[in-house]
Amino acid sequence: MTSSEQEIFPAQAEHANVPVNAIETRNIIKRFDGETAVDGIDLTIKRGSIFGILGPNGAGKTTTLRMLLGIIDPDEGERFLLGSPDPISKAHQVGYLPEERGLYQSMKAYDAIAFMGALRGLPLAEGRRRGRQMMEDHGLGSAADKQIRQLSKGMAQTVQLLGTIVHKPDLIILDEPFSGLDALNQGKLERLIRAQTDKGVTVIFSTHVIAHAERLCEDIAIIANGKIPFAGKVSTARDRLRPQVHLETRNLDGAWRSAIPADCEPLGHNWHFTLPENGVEPLLRALIEGDAGIESLSIERPGLHDAFVHIAGEAVAKEMDDNAAMHNSGLGDAI
Amino acid sequence: MIETIRAAFVIARRDFTAIIFSKSFFFFLLGPMFPLAIGLAAGSLGQQVSQDIDRPVIGVALEDSQSAKLVSARAALVKNLGGAALPELLLLSDVNPADPDIQTKLDTASKPLNAIISGSLEAPLLTGSQRDVKRWSGKIALLTETALAGSNPVKVRTDFVAETDSSEQRARLAIAQGGQIILILLTMILAGMVLSNLVEEKTNKIIEILAAAIPMDAIFLGKLFAMLGMALVGITVWSTIGFIGISVMSTGIPALAAPAVGWPLFCILMVLYFSMAYLLLGSLFLGIGAMATTVREVQTLSMPVTMGQLLVFFLAAYTVTKLEEPAEWLAVIFPFSSPFAMIARAAQMDNIWQHGLALVWQGLFTLIIIRFSVILFRRNVMKSGNSARKKKLFARMRG
Repeated sequence: MTSSEQEIFPAQAEHANVPVNAIETRNIIKRFDGETAVDGIDLTIKRGSIFGILGPNGAGKTTTLRMLLGIIDPDEGERFLLGSPDPISKAHQVGYLPEERGLYQSMKAYDAIAFMGALRGLPLAEGRRRGRQMMEDHGLGSAADKQIRQLSKGMAQTVQLLGTIVHKPDLIILDEPFSGLDALNQGKLERLIRAQTDKGVTVIFSTHVIAHAERLCEDIAIIANGKIPFAGKVSTARDRLRPQVHLETRNLDGAWRSAIPADCEPLGHNWHFTLPENGVEPLLRALIEGDAGIESLSIERPGLHDAFVHIAGEAVAKEMDDNAAMHNSGLGDAI
Repeated sequence: MIETIRAAFVIARRDFTAIIFSKSFFFFLLGPMFPLAIGLAAGSLGQQVSQDIDRPVIGVALEDSQSAKLVSARAALVKNLGGAALPELLLLSDVNPADPDIQTKLDTASKPLNAIISGSLEAPLLTGSQRDVKRWSGKIALLTETALAGSNPVKVRTDFVAETDSSEQRARLAIAQGGQIILILLTMILAGMVLSNLVEEKTNKIIEILAAAIPMDAIFLGKLFAMLGMALVGITVWSTIGFIGISVMSTGIPALAAPAVGWPLFCILMVLYFSMAYLLLGSLFLGIGAMATTVREVQTLSMPVTMGQLLVFFLAAYTVTKLEEPAEWLAVIFPFSSPFAMIARAAQMDNIWQHGLALVWQGLFTLIIIRFSVILFRRNVMKSGNSARKKKLFARMRG
């Protein structure tokens, strides 16, 4: 693009120079008081994707996000946000919803949205206009002129979320966005995230609820004890485990037994085992030709939860389930 | 840099409007009225009590003719010295001037007596407690000498001339001290408020949103300038009320000798040095206060901070009469006392360039403090997890 074209089409010119990856980190390390909170993390997050960071509380999710955003600096390693090693310099293109939500209590709702936009370079008047409009669009028009302290917790959360996207960022980072929301509002938030990615926005969120990541993300990173044992496609994570076979037979013995792992014992007439390395076809053939008397047969691909247990370990997975249960006990807020 | 200034403006605008349009700002403006009213009431009450208590009476047990001379001498001296300078005299006509038990009359007179003069004018005997005798023997000697001399008081003629060098020096010293006191009082009243300035953001969990969106320096700068703006609004309101009050209650603003740099520049420098003193102390307080997570921690910090302020003020006040001596140079160079020392210089020295240099130095140091505070804040406060929150305040400050 020539310089004259750049003057006429500044937005396109900006896109012409955009990096392929929204985030890149190389061996970033962060220590607090001698304890390593994040221990050599490598991440690459493509633009336009929804990326989930999965891990229990204290695994290093928030510290990682804070380093990506430039709130804190890594002690070692490099990080690039939208191609820049100085994330704050790209703040105008980023929206961030922290885990601990907060707003100025005396501000009016639409003004709070405008203020968050103004922080990221949006003119205040335009922010106010958009703030009112967004609140109308989300069914909160009547609350636009109310002070934050007069809103319910759920409404205030919505205001903060709208403030996160009011300046139309290229990258949205959400730290535990689903915590404290009931199922209905978790669904609304999922739709909002998808709507943003439809516009080409990159969304990164942290969560300890695997189901959200499984529904929303193509790519994930699993974080445990400050390290990332897995980063990549959800399907790749699931492929780390062999499919599980659930079989019910009329007969309990025969030549077909050689196709089933030797250590597999029946529960009545039911067999549960991992699909052998040679695949489905030899198994089926052995069962039919060996007259096993198939009553039912299902082959299940492992879910992300199973993959998580396999990758992060049972202790970490249990911790994460406990975190999720704890958060679910305080549901009921609207978004 | 431009982005930092833009972001600082966003923060300053939010904070300034939030403060100015709050109900509590009205009470902030009324704040100085309370100590002023209490001071005036206490002052007048104290003066009244002092007048009632401290009106000494000396009994006079002399021959009648000598008593009359003594009373005349007092009346003559009062014309030049004023009534408060001399004790009242109570004639004890029924007491023998040579009575050996004269001390018994101290408690039996019609008024409580501090002492009794007896004997004769030529050889007076003053009887009373050691404290009263020591206090009044000189004045009684003056009275008796005047009574014996019998001369009329001399009328001193007066001839006023323009300011002499010494009187101008004294006036400028007074302006220097007055300017310092005003700066010190205003800074003490207003700068301490910055201590709790980041607590709202931390309590409301907004700090993370701010820190992710704009440079931390901009947050500190914006908050500092918002508070300075609020302080200047307060000072403007108080000055206006004070000016109107003086104009209405008296014949107008009293004519004062000019400071060395002249009144207009001196007034400008007062505003500039107040701003710099505020920014310097404010940036330090903001940095310390930023380490606190609760209002209680801020209150804990208030006392050592006030003590520190006082030490700085003592240094500046001590050196006001020691221009260009090492101690005064120390006060000029040490950033926190520099504004106070420099306003004293503005009153007493007419070279202007030094003020530009001092303002640059003070501004630079403000930026250094902010940078240092930001580094500490980012290193010690912006952590996640419980361990960061549980860390003790002073451990957070140490880093």
